[in-house]
Amino acid sequence: MDLKLMIWLVVGATFALYIGIAIWARAGSTGEFYVAGKGVNPVANGMATAADWMSAASFISMAGLIAFLGYSGSVYLMGWTGGYVLMALLLAPYLRKFGKFTVPQFVGDRFYSNTARIVAVICLLVISITYVIGQMRGVGIAFSRFLEVDLLWGLIAGMTVVFIYAVLGGMKGITYTQIAQYVVMIFAYTVPAVFISLQLTGHFLPQTGLGGTLSGQDGVYLLTALDNVLVDLGFTQYTTSEAFSTLNMFLLTMALMIGTAGLPHVIIRFFTVPRVRDARKSAGWALVFIAILYTTAPAVGAMAMYNIINTLHPGGVGNTAEAMVYDERPDWMRTWEDTGLMEFQQQGEGERVHYYNPANPPAWADDVEGQGYRLERFDRDILVLANPEIAGLPNWVIALVAAGGIAAALSTAAGLLLAISSAISHDLLKGVFMPNISEKRELLAGRLAMVGAILLAGYLGLNPPGFAAEVVALAFGLAAATLFPVLMMGIFYKRMNKQGAITGMLVGLFATLTYIFLFKGFLFLPGTALLPDNPDGWIFGISPQGFGTIGAILNVIAAVIVSKLTAPPPKEIQDLVESVRVPRADAASS
Amino acid sequence: MNTKLQEQRTAYWKANVRILVGCMTVWFIAGYILPIFLAPVLNMVSLGGYPLGFWMAQQGAIYVFLMLIFFYAWRMNKLDRQFDVHEE
Repeated sequence: MDLKLMIWLVVGATFALYIGIAIWARAGSTGEFYVAGKGVNPVANGMATAADWMSAASFISMAGLIAFLGYSGSVYLMGWTGGYVLMALLLAPYLRKFGKFTVPQFVGDRFYSNTARIVAVICLLVISITYVIGQMRGVGIAFSRFLEVDLLWGLIAGMTVVFIYAVLGGMKGITYTQIAQYVVMIFAYTVPAVFISLQLTGHFLPQTGLGGTLSGQDGVYLLTALDNVLVDLGFTQYTTSEAFSTLNMFLLTMALMIGTAGLPHVIIRFFTVPRVRDARKSAGWALVFIAILYTTAPAVGAMAMYNIINTLHPGGVGNTAEAMVYDERPDWMRTWEDTGLMEFQQQGEGERVHYYNPANPPAWADDVEGQGYRLERFDRDILVLANPEIAGLPNWVIALVAAGGIAAALSTAAGLLLAISSAISHDLLKGVFMPNISEKRELLAGRLAMVGAILLAGYLGLNPPGFAAEVVALAFGLAAATLFPVLMMGIFYKRMNKQGAITGMLVGLFATLTYIFLFKGFLFLPGTALLPDNPDGWIFGISPQGFGTIGAILNVIAAVIVSKLTAPPPKEIQDLVESVRVPRADAASS
Repeated sequence: MNTKLQEQRTAYWKANVRILVGCMTVWFIAGYILPIFLAPVLNMVSLGGYPLGFWMAQQGAIYVFLMLIFFYAWRMNKLDRQFDVHEE
């Protein structure tokens, strides 16, 4: 069957499924709209959380990032999984026991202050809106790349589907759609990986294939071979690369972990399970479903890298007489050249492509300097999307990957949109400005806020501020420096009062923003950076991406000092802390 | 709240914090000490085709994180029953 028709069929079928679920899972009350009536099975919630969490970035970009960073890319693997330990052990059970609808609501009640609640709403909105831009963009790109429709129409199709299930169903509709999206996404990711692992190493599991020996080559390990070819090309070894200093590896991993645990759209997923012990278990299930993709990703990255190098050097690296002939390049390279994400440039005489590290050319490169073609650009994002084509897999696998990428972006976008709309309708409207609003009208307000958020996200997806990649780092840094510390201290430090919490959040927010703007420019405007964004310019060698860790520490220090200098929280707040620490409801009030 | 219940509650929380400190120590060893600080040393040992430090960073740490969450859930459910604060 024609590839394009196949993709239309697969993507269309998944959309029909999502809409069917939306009609079945309509929300009738605010409880269903915000937290799916607290009736979600913990395993199902784990699966929905995994889909909520794994965004277009996890699905499309991460394996490519690891392929090019090698060992240094581990910061993303560990950072984006280790955060679940923090969430499961330090936040989820207690916030579930608190038993309300939103994250700012906990901050407002625990710190008996609408100011604290509003500061938390501001942090939540900054984090979630920056995050949602990338998702809408991912939907639009997947559509325009695979189906060759205009970006605008791709965005409109994505927005319409999200609109139907998120506005109608709220958290309930989103949860059950996310479960379906997880299944689509994980199939799309693992099927090509299994095929490629079998081809290269004969291992069914990519996780063991990565540590296996190459088929047809007696006893040569894949990773050893990859290390060797990269060194022969003038790059560093795959398994020991040092793209970041040890200090930055530590800080970046920590910032990603704390940031993950502080992301409001993930935290609210644990409000949907029936009991405290379900929240503990559900976080484990979420990580099971996430780990299936995250332990496959390094194999996908390394194997794709190895395949690409072999395609460019069929006679072996250094054998310039047998390098790939440009006019005989595989079809997938032609397709991606059309998109501009892959680019070759003619250097001079000769028909072959010579690929090596221009910054550190190997000895053999002298013979071919200024000859033939160079690989000028190879975008990391191509890797996962082109993977089935690189390995020569059938059309239905390619169609599945397209549907998987769209599912990854839609499921995360929906979770973020819910976090945004509940912060507006529940925290700002019901909590601060119109406390007497009826449930029916609050539900309507929630739906309207959702519509507004979808339109804003669509607009920003169409006209992205030119710094989409940078703002994602900002979102993690801010979650790490603002929400996580204040939630944790709210549970573990009974003496923490409202003055301390508000000061802590503001210090974390401004310190992190200042540090990032110092190197990336004020509001990311070009030309406004005050210091050069490189290891020599960084203060104490700390990278802006890893600064969230420092921001979190400053938050805690400021909060503790201020709370020690001011009055302790009232008795009923201390009782509230006592009660969230104990799972059983009746045990608290005696 | 009567004093006996108060004492019970304090003991329960202390036990919880003790378990947490243990779990977070394992988390730090699996997520930072082994895969980042000691990676060059561990890489001298191989696990199949994986240098051990590299394996820890790209596979092992994730498996430890998983086991930790399920261990904590199991251990806390036990503690809840022991202190009679478990849910119905």
